[in-house]
Amino acid sequence: MSVMHKVFANLYQDSVSLMQISAQISQLPGIEQASVVMGTATNLAQLRDAGLDNGCQAGPNDLVIAVRGEEAACGAALELAHQRLNSKPAESSGDGTPALQLVSLEMAAEQQADINLALISVPGDYAAAEAIKALHLDMNVMLFSDNVSLAQEKQIKLLAQSKNRLVMGPDCGTAIINGLPLGFANVVKPGAIGIVGASGTGVQEVSCRIDQLGAGISQAIGTGGHDLHEEIGGISMLHGLQALAADPATQVIVLISKPPARPVAERILAQAQACGKPVVVNFLGATAAEIARSGITVASTLADAAELAVALAAGTPAPATVTRLPTADREMLQNASAHLPASRRAIRGVFAGGTFCYESQLLCQQQGFPAASNTPVKGNSQLADIWRSQGHTLIDMGDDDFTRGRPHPMIDPTLRNQRIVAELSDADTAVVLFDLVLGYGAAAEPATELLALLQQNNRESGPLLIAHVCGTEADPQQRSRQIAALRQAGVLVAGCNAEVAMWASLVAHIQAEKNGEKA
Amino acid sequence: MNPLFQQPLKVVNAGLAGFADNLKQANGDVVALSWQPPALGDVQAGLDLAALIRHPLVEQANQIAFERYLSAQPVLIDVMSAAEAIGAMAQRKLILHSGPPIAWPDMCGPVKGAIVGAILFEGWAADHQAAERLITEGVVELEPCHHYQAVGPMAGIISPSMPLWVIENKTNGQRAFSNFNEGLGKVLRFGANNDEVLQRLQWMKQELAPALKAAVRQLGELELKPLMAQALHMGDEVHNRNAAATGLLIKRLVPALLACDLPMATLQRVVAFMTGNDHFFLNLSMAACKAMMDAAGGVPHSSMVTVMARNGVNFGIRLSGTGDRWFQAPANAVEGLFFPGYGVDDAAADLGDSAITETAGVGGFAMASSPAIVKFVGGTPADATNNSRRMQAITVGANPAFTLPALNFAPTAAGIDARKVADRQILPVINTGIAHKQAGVGQIGAGITTAPMSCFVEAIQALAQALPTGEPA
Repeated sequence: MSVMHKVFANLYQDSVSLMQISAQISQLPGIEQASVVMGTATNLAQLRDAGLDNGCQAGPNDLVIAVRGEEAACGAALELAHQRLNSKPAESSGDGTPALQLVSLEMAAEQQADINLALISVPGDYAAAEAIKALHLDMNVMLFSDNVSLAQEKQIKLLAQSKNRLVMGPDCGTAIINGLPLGFANVVKPGAIGIVGASGTGVQEVSCRIDQLGAGISQAIGTGGHDLHEEIGGISMLHGLQALAADPATQVIVLISKPPARPVAERILAQAQACGKPVVVNFLGATAAEIARSGITVASTLADAAELAVALAAGTPAPATVTRLPTADREMLQNASAHLPASRRAIRGVFAGGTFCYESQLLCQQQGFPAASNTPVKGNSQLADIWRSQGHTLIDMGDDDFTRGRPHPMIDPTLRNQRIVAELSDADTAVVLFDLVLGYGAAAEPATELLALLQQNNRESGPLLIAHVCGTEADPQQRSRQIAALRQAGVLVAGCNAEVAMWASLVAHIQAEKNGEKA
Repeated sequence: MNPLFQQPLKVVNAGLAGFADNLKQANGDVVALSWQPPALGDVQAGLDLAALIRHPLVEQANQIAFERYLSAQPVLIDVMSAAEAIGAMAQRKLILHSGPPIAWPDMCGPVKGAIVGAILFEGWAADHQAAERLITEGVVELEPCHHYQAVGPMAGIISPSMPLWVIENKTNGQRAFSNFNEGLGKVLRFGANNDEVLQRLQWMKQELAPALKAAVRQLGELELKPLMAQALHMGDEVHNRNAAATGLLIKRLVPALLACDLPMATLQRVVAFMTGNDHFFLNLSMAACKAMMDAAGGVPHSSMVTVMARNGVNFGIRLSGTGDRWFQAPANAVEGLFFPGYGVDDAAADLGDSAITETAGVGGFAMASSPAIVKFVGGTPADATNNSRRMQAITVGANPAFTLPALNFAPTAAGIDARKVADRQILPVINTGIAHKQAGVGQIGAGITTAPMSCFVEAIQALAQALPTGEPA
């Protein structure tokens, strides 16, 4: 068994491409373990811990390939890695000379002066600098990267303010600008509703729901989760609100966020009230009284926000809230729960979308089911061991704890699927709820692997599975196709995330009643 | 109001390639970057760099510096001894060397050998040991040529009685100096210091310099930029190849020499020396470039590089906006071809002030002009033109005084912008000779090298620190 490594000086590659190469090498015959990483101090320490380090010297800009396995295989693996790293075809300018590779924002701006938005997803350490550059180049910015400090975020947003440019993010997963998807976004119909949201999946849920209701959106602006922090003061949300107020194509505006700091909320609501267009506000977890004022419509769930916005745009009366379950749903769930033994009592939620987890926790709590979570809402408890559920448990698999060194479950649902199967095999579980997020950026076939896993499990007497598919018919994964596949496998498919939580709570009620309790 | 919603969206994608693919799939207009962490991945330097990108003070300063560079008119006006031309050299036992400052014990072989040779040439010591003692005891002082508006190829040694070309920038009246080219083989600039070398230096001082001084006086003034421009059209890049420029210079000097009533024997030796050395023009090219770059110096906040120079150990640069400060890093290796019998292990590190030619937009930057030497320094003619094109991405502008026929007479890239180097990770290319690491062996090859990135990173950080505070970013 030997350990070999190779260092490529000054050869940066993003971590996703490196992971792909690592995975490919690891599968070679005779190779026990392989790692392809940038030579940062942390990565070198990890190599050491993994026993892949044989005195490797590298700097943070150097690429390191390390393998352990049979000697001949190691040599071949390094060769393959070398080939993979060099396989990028050189672009040609047509006259035989290779075109200059564009490596920097300014280079791009020099070549194409009409660039008006920079979509930045570089590692967090470098993200702030790139955003500042983009603003200096008079671009608007969507900063997908996370791990940008609040102080840097503030600096970036003040600069944006002084230049009258929009900054979405940091840590902004979703936006649709002028009909084009940025980051994780769905293919929704164009229309009269503009959205500004601090949560990526929140924006996806509302925009998809609007599309499902037959209406469309003008713009969907993500702000990133920290925008409404007191230190930042909602600069991006205020800019978005202002831009939508001035946008002739926008008739109704939807604001989505967790409850902001009090003074920030005041400022946003005051501007919303004064913007001259009807505004629907869903501050997840805030009471209606905290938000209500004239000109502002309060929505208690993401789905309600969509329903209300569509009604306002169409001039029709406000619809019923999705949290009031129709009788047909109740009967359906009674029937579905009939086979469940009384001992199965726990709600288990396994979410890819952080906001779906958050909203579900709020709704289940309101229905009398406080839960444990790795990201608990107020009143819920912190899960002691994030890898093991206890009682009612709703987990956000997209949280850092699960995504460190791994792709997000929306891209690669493997870990999330395993967790769903684990919950199904727990004797306490009454119902497992999950989300399936479609659209650009998401996995091409998000359900296939899960359904294969479910088939291997005998589900005759097992817990109920309740899912919601966040997506549209026009998405590359096609919502109806995904729903049909889930139903085929016996999964109950709800219309929105809030409905999933309401259904699950009802199942928990039914089970509690079986035990003679009033939950 | 922000016009974003009223414009067609055009995105530049930095990071995950999938996001650019999605936009393309949705019929969006997207430019995908092959993004790399700038400034050697140093996060703080990256932020400093970001603060400088399109900063109005820097942009303005660079325009001023670049304008001064463009409008410089370097003219050969005289030949003087170093002691006459440079005041400090008349007062002290001072010897100038190439590159950034370096202490005697740290110097490389060829530079040490050349300094000893210069001391012997000046008659300050009778032998090597005595010469070295003068240095270690501080009797003889050593300083960079660049500290005195001077430049010298390879070891770049200038001692008080050596003759210098005197160049004046007619635009600002400032002077720049360079020593005389000694030819090939065993020469002082490669560290050789035997009798043959010293005798040649004596002859250059006693016969060549007075003759050329007379000829220059006879000529009046010789404008150097048009001569360099013409040479660029004749296959020189006026750094590693000066065959055409030397010919053009001789064409001007010989009639002047003939008009000076010099003894025929002198005339024959002088003309034979010049015609026997294809690099005779190099030192004039360097001094002309030095005059142009000095014109651009000292503009606060300018990120334009005014000096690139090497001392055989370290590479150093200076920026217009940071004045006399040097930013240094170990010199990069030279990729090149070696004369028969020599190899990489024999090579000294990159050496000489001649990178002033690249700093001024010729040399490696004008490589497309010089297909005759591409094999030597850059592979194929296509590589050479690509190098010249690539340099356009890291410069403040281009110099219409120097045009490149191979690039459809495009002006050469000029005025290296340290911001662009650090942001785009394109290093200035430098055509260079390779010296043997032992003193006196001489040139053993030639090739191409680059300026080390860390100089530029350090320089932009210094520049960022000098920005007025209170800027939004």
